Amino acid sequence: MTQVGTLEIQHLSKSYAVSTGDLAVLDDVTLTIAPGEFVSIVGSSGCGKSTLLRLIVGLEDEYQGQVLLDGERIVGTSLRRGIVFQEHRLFPWLTVAGNIGLGLLNAALTPGQKRQAVREHIALVGLHGFENAYPHQLSGGMAQRVAIARALVSKPEILLLDEPFGALDALTRAYLQQELHRIWQAEGITMILVTHDVEEAIFLGDKVVVMEPRPGRIRRIVPVDLAYPRERAGLDFSTVKQRVLREFSADSASLAEPPLKSPLPPAPPVTVWQFAI
Amino acid sequence: MQSRDRHPVPKALRGWVLPVLLLLLWWLAAREHWSSSPLLVPPGKVWDTAVEQVRSGQLWVALAASLRRDLIGLAIGVSGGLAFGIAFGLSRLFERMIGPTFHTLKQISLFAWIPLLSVWFGLGDAAKVAFLSLAAFFPVVLNTFEGIRSVPPELIEAARVLKFNRRQWLLKLVLPAASPSILAGIHLALIYAWLATLGAEYLLVSGEGIGNTMIDGRELFLMDLVIFGVLVVGFVGFALNWLAARLERRLLAWRGHSVAQF
Repeated sequence: MTQVGTLEIQHLSKSYAVSTGDLAVLDDVTLTIAPGEFVSIVGSSGCGKSTLLRLIVGLEDEYQGQVLLDGERIVGTSLRRGIVFQEHRLFPWLTVAGNIGLGLLNAALTPGQKRQAVREHIALVGLHGFENAYPHQLSGGMAQRVAIARALVSKPEILLLDEPFGALDALTRAYLQQELHRIWQAEGITMILVTHDVEEAIFLGDKVVVMEPRPGRIRRIVPVDLAYPRERAGLDFSTVKQRVLREFSADSASLAEPPLKSPLPPAPPVTVWQFAI
Repeated sequence: MQSRDRHPVPKALRGWVLPVLLLLLWWLAAREHWSSSPLLVPPGKVWDTAVEQVRSGQLWVALAASLRRDLIGLAIGVSGGLAFGIAFGLSRLFERMIGPTFHTLKQISLFAWIPLLSVWFGLGDAAKVAFLSLAAFFPVVLNTFEGIRSVPPELIEAARVLKFNRRQWLLKLVLPAASPSILAGIHLALIYAWLATLGAEYLLVSGEGIGNTMIDGRELFLMDLVIFGVLVVGFVGFALNWLAARLERRLLAWRGHSVAQF
């Protein structure tokens, strides 16, 4: 009996038909995510990490393999799986409260309960006082917080985040990473974060899934056994960061750590002028 | 670089300088008889005619008749245009079947409809209202169609994740997203319908209205009546435009001042 919020991805493959044949975007991806876990997925562009997320949330179909949530095969979108995109995607004609309320449109709650839930989630993302602001009045970071609240208000089992802070400046990004961590600890729901920022991935995740492109597949899963709160400048943090970064520079054949210095042969003495042709 | 103006005329009144000068010129021309034509009437005479028209109630009768036709034609044209535009926008089948015919018909100059309309509806009010409805219909259809087709796909995906059903998708996403275009279409319909009201009165000459007042003035060489009619028509057009702009600003306050972002 799987616990609520267990995501099992089994041999997931997806390819697109293009003019030159079939382009494999994902190739035999297998991953299990335990309930309440925070999983970070890093990879360079074209490794299929966004496609993976879209398949999990149900925005794309036609794939080989299985994606199971609590043992049930997922079909289409569902309020049990929420997503935050890189753009906030708020409805410009609704206020902050109105936008968050959209997450509850199809929830089985009374209007009073819905209002209460919206209030709670505005407080959760720290936007108390901005209930009646319109998206055009919000900064990028604030709008993204509303998007997070909208995704969480229906109490999904899984929250997917597709490079949610990619469009924000570095200071706001650092602040929102802290906020996301706080929200994760407060709500305890499973979160899957896709990012190209290795530091962000290690700061937030219980494990880091490194993906490589062409075709998209999992290269390595690096566990992050650091206690919270994590210090980015700490030695342990740097060690994990090196471990992850190494996956990007090494070729797939060499799994052992390379020696720190390879001895060079002594240079021959210059006795004769030569043209280096 | 002066930050404060030293100009003698304050900003708010600058728009009035040209009209006032022209008025002065007109008054001078009439007084000094720069032209011997009986068509040059002094501004004073126009004012007297205006007062007379208001006092005798003729202005209100004519204006009421014109505006009544305008509003009925607008109601028919705008509601028909909205229904048509929404069907066009939502149903590819509808667009493919009705589209070519519609796009051909919309190219026909409005005034070319008059002979056909006068044969079908006669020369009375019905023909004028039909003409007006056509004038309002086309801009509403085109703008509504454009608005519905321009719903950002990013928001459509967000709605899919939030499990919108068909009704919610239409009422909470598509129509609000299309509302700036739809309101722009209605604004245009207001302008064209008032233009067409005048046109209908000139071309289907019968009954009462501001246009008919001006035609009577022309028949009897009463230039003051004609100029008075022109001023009234201009004023009503200005008022309709102002109303539409106010409505748009109020309903679309959520857009803010910058381009929409999502």
